[in-house]
Amino acid sequence: MRRNDFLSHVAWTGSGIAYTLSAAGIFTGRALADAALATQFVQISDSHIGFHQPANPDVGATLKASVDAINAMPVQPKFVVHTGDITHLSTQQQFDDARAILSQLRAPLIALPGEHDVLGNDFGTYRANFGIKDAEPGGWASWDDGGVHYIVLLNVFNFEKMGLMGNDQLSWLKKDLQSQYPSTPIVVFTHVPLYALYPQWGWTTQDGASALAMLSGFDHVTVLNGHIHQIVTHVEGNIHFASATATAYPQPQPGTAPNPGPLTLPHDQLLHAIGYRTVRLDHGTAGIEQFSLG
Amino acid sequence: MKHFLIGLALALVPVLVQAAPASSVITVNIRDYAYKAPAVTIHTGDTVRFINDDNDAHTVTSTDGLFDSKGLDTNGVWLHTFAKAGTYHYFCELHPYMKGTIIVKDMNA
Repeated sequence: MRRNDFLSHVAWTGSGIAYTLSAAGIFTGRALADAALATQFVQISDSHIGFHQPANPDVGATLKASVDAINAMPVQPKFVVHTGDITHLSTQQQFDDARAILSQLRAPLIALPGEHDVLGNDFGTYRANFGIKDAEPGGWASWDDGGVHYIVLLNVFNFEKMGLMGNDQLSWLKKDLQSQYPSTPIVVFTHVPLYALYPQWGWTTQDGASALAMLSGFDHVTVLNGHIHQIVTHVEGNIHFASATATAYPQPQPGTAPNPGPLTLPHDQLLHAIGYRTVRLDHGTAGIEQFSLG
Repeated sequence: MKHFLIGLALALVPVLVQAAPASSVITVNIRDYAYKAPAVTIHTGDTVRFINDDNDAHTVTSTDGLFDSKGLDTNGVWLHTFAKAGTYHYFCELHPYMKGTIIVKDMNA
């Protein structure tokens, strides 16, 4: 997907989109010195609209607070990526409620599905509401922007096998990467972690190693995911992984609880455990800054 | 003679009831991210009632695509009647390490 396509595929986010891109790209010295281009994009994740348990009785309010905070940034991000679990149970009402909030973003939105968004292997409801325009038929996508190659991989289908991309997507990825130079910074968005973060809780992608083998030949690869509702970083060679907090509620650290169920915290602590983050790419290296709602 | 026929008819009633065995409803609670009866044996015509006691959503999804509760929210209840004998494996689509099995035996066997 090219830049113009990228602009059009987020058109539903409405008016007020502030989108600037230096023709020379963001990695020029001038651009790096320009505070207006310092923040590259924003990641939010796991909003679980429709969830109504004590861990967060009002997930709509915390998503709205995140949107308001992002809109208040003095320099708008190039885009906002939501790395999945927009809804809790994939219902149309929940998608409607999520759209009502996310459509208020001033920046363009790219939204991946999480397994909560495709229950019953229903990809159509997600796609009708948040599908990435000009994505491949399977829903995955890539585009180039400012010298960076961005890739969206979907690993929430065939979930019985604890996250699976499938051969079609892997074949596409192989072909997609063949057109890139090894020095091109690569940013990958997924919902479930691509590596075996904690398979006992399903925090892994069964065929993730195949994708990582393809990505290992690049100098700078950043993989950003959601799903686990907490910050976990990991490095394998030139591949840097960083899981995001949720806008809804935190989950326990791997293995510290009998199950990965929502953590119920006092309200002020909840607000410190959820939020959004900015991601700035500097010569391919991602600088991530976390912002909590508390 | 009339009384005899009525008496015969009344005598046959319990026999007829016994000839059509009643189906049962068996409950499987979902709690602490597990199906609390991971293996259940029932008979054809029986119904399994799944109740989600967790504070998170779960599903009851057949590994063979034969049934799917879709998202089962907290306190959600889903029933499924098994008409054919066989072994049915299922899992939670949201937490795939949660697995269960329903063994259905032929009522007439």
